[in-house]
Amino acid sequence: MAATTGRVFGKLLVRSVATFALMGAAAIPALAQNKDTVVICQTLEPPILDPSAGAAAAIREVTYANIFEGLVGLDRTSKIIPRLAESWTVSDDGLKFRFKLRKNATFHDGSPLTSADVKFSLERAVAPDSKNTQKWIFEPIAAIATPAPDEVEITLKTFSADFLDGLAWGDAVIVSEKTIAKAATEPVGTGPYKFVRWNRGDRLMLERNDTWWGGQAAIKFATFRFITDAQAQVSALLAGDCDANTNIGAQEAVPQLMSNANLKVNVGRTEGETIVAMNNAKAPLNDVRVRKALAMAIDRRLVNEGAVSGLGTPIGSHFSPNHPAYVDLTGAIPYDPAKAKALLAEAGFPNGLNLTLRLPPPAYARRGGEIVAAMLKEIGVNATIEPLEWPQWLERVFRGKDFDLTIVSHVEPMDLNIYARDNYYFGYTNPAFRAALAQTKTAKTEAERNAAFAAAQRQIAEDQVNVFLFMLPKVTVAKKGLSGMWENWPLPANPLAELKWN
Amino acid sequence: MVRFLIKRLAAMGLTLFFAALVVFGVLEVLPGDPAATMLGLSATPDTIAALRLELGLDAPPLARFWGWVVGFFSGNLGISYTYRVAVGGLIAERMAVTLPLALMALALAASLGIALGALAAAKANTRIDALVMGLAQLGLAIPNFWFGILFVLLFSITLGWFPSGGFPGWREGLFPAIQALVLPAFALALPQSAVLARITRSSMLETLSEDYIRTARAKGLTRGQTLRRHALRNALVPVLTMLGLQFSYLVAGTIIVENVFALPGLGRLLVQAIGGHDLILIKSLVLFFVAAAVITNALVDIAYGFADPRLRVART
Repeated sequence: MAATTGRVFGKLLVRSVATFALMGAAAIPALAQNKDTVVICQTLEPPILDPSAGAAAAIREVTYANIFEGLVGLDRTSKIIPRLAESWTVSDDGLKFRFKLRKNATFHDGSPLTSADVKFSLERAVAPDSKNTQKWIFEPIAAIATPAPDEVEITLKTFSADFLDGLAWGDAVIVSEKTIAKAATEPVGTGPYKFVRWNRGDRLMLERNDTWWGGQAAIKFATFRFITDAQAQVSALLAGDCDANTNIGAQEAVPQLMSNANLKVNVGRTEGETIVAMNNAKAPLNDVRVRKALAMAIDRRLVNEGAVSGLGTPIGSHFSPNHPAYVDLTGAIPYDPAKAKALLAEAGFPNGLNLTLRLPPPAYARRGGEIVAAMLKEIGVNATIEPLEWPQWLERVFRGKDFDLTIVSHVEPMDLNIYARDNYYFGYTNPAFRAALAQTKTAKTEAERNAAFAAAQRQIAEDQVNVFLFMLPKVTVAKKGLSGMWENWPLPANPLAELKWN
Repeated sequence: MVRFLIKRLAAMGLTLFFAALVVFGVLEVLPGDPAATMLGLSATPDTIAALRLELGLDAPPLARFWGWVVGFFSGNLGISYTYRVAVGGLIAERMAVTLPLALMALALAASLGIALGALAAAKANTRIDALVMGLAQLGLAIPNFWFGILFVLLFSITLGWFPSGGFPGWREGLFPAIQALVLPAFALALPQSAVLARITRSSMLETLSEDYIRTARAKGLTRGQTLRRHALRNALVPVLTMLGLQFSYLVAGTIIVENVFALPGLGRLLVQAIGGHDLILIKSLVLFFVAAAVITNALVDIAYGFADPRLRVART
């Protein structure tokens, strides 16, 4: 009896194992590389596909310069380049911008791009019910005239040195009134790739737009795949399921990926200034001596090492090293726990103090937070860690300002202006800084503008508003045969038209 | 019988209603503003206000609760805050991954578990028995996501037989879709099959010592016939009970396994919805999970009622 049963079940097992192996074997041909396709993997999935109506960086990472384009764009070196406007002129007082549109630019539905589309897009962005998260770009606009179908004239209320920069952002892409209602799920733009299909939660497929004004992209079919789990991203790269990953989550896997013969790894920068933010509006952190003491107690090199495997670019103020006006202030406050302790005593806390450290979910914050807390303990500062989910962090820390310390990365490019906002979460107000920032807007020459930026950077470093840690890294991994991935992220973008297989 | 059915269904409806109340209440007190979460760190207050208005977040709680419950049962679940599409459609899309995955895992767990359990019972107290039970112990101890990672390492990275994750979608053909589900299904099924193997073994050993087995042998049936016709069939009753219970575990297990394999299923949708504070989506998803569990339980109860008249009488 036992023998019979054993044999029957044994056979069953053998058969299922054989089926398993067979299914796998049949899959091998599918792995052969097809040079007309590319699979780009990234961490986050865009919630919607209209970059002019949502904050998520993932929207731009997929659509910017692929599906949608603006009048102007940014290239990988942060230089402004013509896109839908082939050229433009600016009046001497800087208040009138005249854009000449490309004659051969069309939307993916076949309708030609006209000045009316530009007028519609910009007016929609600044309308009272607009969900555009970068309204500041459009607010200086006084009037938009359309003297000809291929000519747009924008008049500004006041001079704004960063108006053109703003127009290069994903928030300022040109959309068509006919198709805007469905842009969240079926975007129709003017870019080198057309939207094909979106399997929500998994992948989004694009196909080359053969009638793009800029010619034809090298690769016909492109797929974005969304893999949240950091380990799964590495597996997908090692298994060859992804041709590239725009910025991997597991920085500790870099040595492993570098040693792989089929992959190349590049460590670049995002525009994410990662800081230990301090509540400047509330005692005891309203005292600059206390803030300086905390800054001196934190060994930023070690935090960088522990939080992002040392791949972050150190900073000493809230400004990107990618920008020409960058001033290196990384050495302004050297690590010195003894001096920090003395400074703390001088500020009236010889026995140390108790603070809260509320951390949002990203790994850089959670890991960095542990290290920061341990370092602060050395000078007698007891930082109680409280991990929060994003919605709770936004509610309590960002909006409610109920915190002493937090760690967060400010990912928007050129966001020095947050230090001049009323009621911003870290509670900093300094007229001298505001004056310097105002000068960057009114400066008439590049040199004058950069000097004002330098003064502004120095001011917040001197006031030690926050502890400036590092720029969040962009770790790009790609198959050896694929070239053209952006090394840095002056803007969140992955322009597919620049990719090609060698 | 009719009265039994009505009672059972009424109890089910009441459970669901209270579950809905709890789900709504808990999410109501949770801090966080969906509009602010969606718009990020640089949005101005008037942009947030515009979005709140569009999402209907300013209506009183009672009105929103009633609207949601009525919507849930009339099939109109509302529009997801983050995705701006119908919640019903989102859930249906994800069901097309999670349901086949859970069913595949259930089938695998059942066939592997029962086969191995029966094998161990048939060879009780031999080396094979020890080996199978040892493996089952291991299967119980190792969590499903760890199996997932090991499978990817072996079958995707080293051997290249299966994709490391993702789901091509059913419209790309049956084969690639099933292929994408094989590793996750095995990862989900192994711990469950370990449980089933142990139950099958002990239940079978118990059955084999029953009087009717001796009678069956005495009236001239061979060992194999006795085993198939009498022992296995009777031994399977507790196994099937367990199988019913496991279905809820499998659905819950998909939340983790879907993340490891980057599968676009219900579990991952729930995680994404929580991350984005998409309250309307979370509410409906959680209620959906509750409904699935409650309905499965009710069906199992009703099935028992049909199978065993004694239970039916006891409950009326």
